Amino acid sequence: MTTSRPPLLDEAADILLAPGGLALDDLESGLGHALGPGIDYADLYFQRSWHEAWVLEDGEVKEASYNIDGGVGVRSLAGERTGFAYSNQITADALAETGRTAAGIVRSGSRLSLARPMAVRAELRYGGVDPLTGLSAEEKIALLKAADRVARAADPAVSQVSASLTGVHEVVLVRASDGTLAADIRPLVRFNVSVIAVRDGRRERGSAGGGGRYTMARLRDENVAERYAKEAVRQALVNLEAVAAPAGQLPVVLGAGWPGILLHEAVGHGLEGDFNRKGSSAFAGRMGQRVAAKGVTVVDDATLADRRGSMSVDDEGTPGQNTPLIEDGILTGYMQDKLNARLMGMTPTGNARRESFAHLPMPRMTNTYMLAGEDDPQDILRSVKRGLYAVSFGGGQVDITSGKFVFSASEAYLIEDGRITAPVKGATLIGNGPEAMGRVSMIGHDMELDTGIGVCGKEGQGVPVGVGQPTLKLDELTVGGTQS
Amino acid sequence: MTQAFDAAAQQSLLESRSRMALELARRLGADACEVGASVDQGMGVSVREGEVETVELSRDQGIAVTVYLGTRKGSASSTDAGEASIRAVVEKAVAIARHTGEDPAAGLADAALMATELPDLDVHHPWALTTEQAIELALACEAAGRGRAGIKSSDGASLSSGEGVRVYANSHGFLGSQRGSRHSFSCMLIAEDEAGMQRDYDYTSARNPRDLLTPERVGESAAERTLRRLGARRPATGRLPVLFDPSLAAGLVGSLMGAIAGGNLYRQASFLCDRLGDSLFPEWFGLQERPMEVGAMASSPFDNDGVQTRDNVFIEDGRLASYMLSAYSARRLGMQTTANAGGARNLRLAAPLVPRDELLARMGRGVVVTELMGQGVNAVTGDYSRGAAGFWVEDGEVQYPVEEFTIAGNLEAMYRGLAGVGSDTDTRGSIHTGSWLIDEMTVAGG
Repeated sequence: MTTSRPPLLDEAADILLAPGGLALDDLESGLGHALGPGIDYADLYFQRSWHEAWVLEDGEVKEASYNIDGGVGVRSLAGERTGFAYSNQITADALAETGRTAAGIVRSGSRLSLARPMAVRAELRYGGVDPLTGLSAEEKIALLKAADRVARAADPAVSQVSASLTGVHEVVLVRASDGTLAADIRPLVRFNVSVIAVRDGRRERGSAGGGGRYTMARLRDENVAERYAKEAVRQALVNLEAVAAPAGQLPVVLGAGWPGILLHEAVGHGLEGDFNRKGSSAFAGRMGQRVAAKGVTVVDDATLADRRGSMSVDDEGTPGQNTPLIEDGILTGYMQDKLNARLMGMTPTGNARRESFAHLPMPRMTNTYMLAGEDDPQDILRSVKRGLYAVSFGGGQVDITSGKFVFSASEAYLIEDGRITAPVKGATLIGNGPEAMGRVSMIGHDMELDTGIGVCGKEGQGVPVGVGQPTLKLDELTVGGTQS
Repeated sequence: MTQAFDAAAQQSLLESRSRMALELARRLGADACEVGASVDQGMGVSVREGEVETVELSRDQGIAVTVYLGTRKGSASSTDAGEASIRAVVEKAVAIARHTGEDPAAGLADAALMATELPDLDVHHPWALTTEQAIELALACEAAGRGRAGIKSSDGASLSSGEGVRVYANSHGFLGSQRGSRHSFSCMLIAEDEAGMQRDYDYTSARNPRDLLTPERVGESAAERTLRRLGARRPATGRLPVLFDPSLAAGLVGSLMGAIAGGNLYRQASFLCDRLGDSLFPEWFGLQERPMEVGAMASSPFDNDGVQTRDNVFIEDGRLASYMLSAYSARRLGMQTTANAGGARNLRLAAPLVPRDELLARMGRGVVVTELMGQGVNAVTGDYSRGAAGFWVEDGEVQYPVEEFTIAGNLEAMYRGLAGVGSDTDTRGSIHTGSWLIDEMTVAGG
């Protein structure tokens, strides 16, 4: 066994277990406490993370912070029941105490035996590197100052510039009673620029950013400071010209890339296994049925190289996958973790995610996107007599039971007689997921992924995600402006 | 499943660790230092369809250190508050402060402002509750809701109960610590008709378990809130008065507080920059802060700078009477701190309250909003556009539920157009307010 262990496993064990005097072989007894009478599955999730943030304001990096987090989460399952406890300490004593606590969810029943540990072999979707070490403190500061310089030089209307550089180095190890033994080292970095532009007494914000599962050095090499500074200024200047948005039902064209947040809200959450097992999703019981217009194909793909939402293995140790959710308009798949897959008689899809060791895993999205169609984006715009062209969004939300979703445009334009005319102020779009998906009438050939900025919240837990889509036309959606 | 929590022991442990961090920082050459430390312990149970779903025991701790080298600042934190970890955190903070830029506004609040009156504000009421008892309460709550005719299923009831200690200390020699508790339970239900499923919920939350509503009442109310959503239509698009439910009106107060928060003002990221003294609301409206209120949700005698908290008046006779400032944001603006590092504590309205029926009568024809969705509030411009669900009102009477529409306007115009505040005050959070009637917004629906 030991000789064929993936190298990540030994590295993770050195980082997570060794400081508390533990080795991989000691996890058997730790897991034994969690696999008490009547428990049919138990797992241990070890995690340590190092988080760094550098923030520029007024041309100076005046704030920087560093955070160290870590511990072990222990979970015991019995049927639909979950017992959960966690500790900041990774020691034999802490494993015994949290294990007994978690197993207390049931007190009777037979005691299962532990399956022999099998190291999970998963393809690596990103480099197992510490993303914080590639650049010196001086280089990190220089990167932020470059963004400030570029933004201020871009237009005299720019009055405030803030920029941030953040990175997380995360090491996880999972050992489960079904034999799973897996480890992952997950880098995550992000660069963000936000500007305020003032003209004629009017004040508007613009922001841009991105990143992924790689090093801070790569952010520098990709010239993000200049790129995002210019983009943030461009957006603020567009908003300075924006007129009131229309109100009512209109055809809506969504730009490629980040507007894929529509899929995340309107479709993605409704296809997570837990909501469908409980029957609380508007998509529950609709497997094999038409839930979107022909031509609409949506996947959740954890395997994309270096993307923000990617995972080599999920937080239960299942390898990340590319899971088709909707194929040519037909519902074909849910996103599953082990608990919900087992209760629904399905297979885990590598979508178990948790914010940290102190949170329970749930079925969550990774990178969710719609595949390209065949339409020319220009033809899509030309097909609209009067409508809205939305190219960037602030955020969205869904009520998975009624299917109602909303999302807020941060950059949008009027379409008049097939041409893009005036920019309009941020309008909220509202619709019903299955209905809106049925109204997709044109799909561009320009599929794009977002730049790496998404955070998805569910039951109070935030995890990084990716979205994407080609330019899309929805024949009708409610636009919540002020011009009725 | 139970776990003991000795609040007094935890408090003295955190206090000694905070002092240790301050001493370490001094020895490593820091000119000033501040430390925040906390430990929280709790239990959460959830049930669904009459069965236990999860039992969760939580224990979270953390220590955060900020050091100053002259006017340079560095921060570091850890969830491990052991001695070795504290040393690592302080060293890291000092290392960071060697790289950050000069900031003339950086530093502790003035020593003279440190809190000296540190009364017990009666916010720590542990609940001696076993897991089994917690499960019984959650089951009773769910049963009361599920039992109602028309409820299709339950999305679960949950109970959480926790207590903790927090300490703030700085190199002026100030050390403040406070114990607190919070208990809540909630129930979410699903109903269905030909048009599809609807869900809604209700909850109760308090510092003292005695102040919680009964499980039965929460379950029944969740059922009522869910059932009344069935048969929802889409309202027509037009300009109409809008009545915000109390919990959503609290959100409008929250947006105001964000717009007058020092951090947004000095960044020019607020639609209320340079507006001190201006009339923003009708003359009859006032907004005050009561941080020392005994037993209230956000009570504290000191703020996150260690400054003695005090009663603030933010809106007086409709005018913006004060910004909401910390020591740092005050220096950035050339003003004095209002003891609001960490935000506002216990906001209360000073306004004539009107029965809700009377507000509906005043409205005549319009919409009541009971749920808002999405993040469509632009703090820089005040532009407001959010997804909503609620009820259609005709001749001052609720007619039928409405959904899948947006309400839009601008916060400044909405505040100016405040036409009445209801007496149906929601006291569950730290902002206490009743319903708000806004004279006119754009409703976009079918």
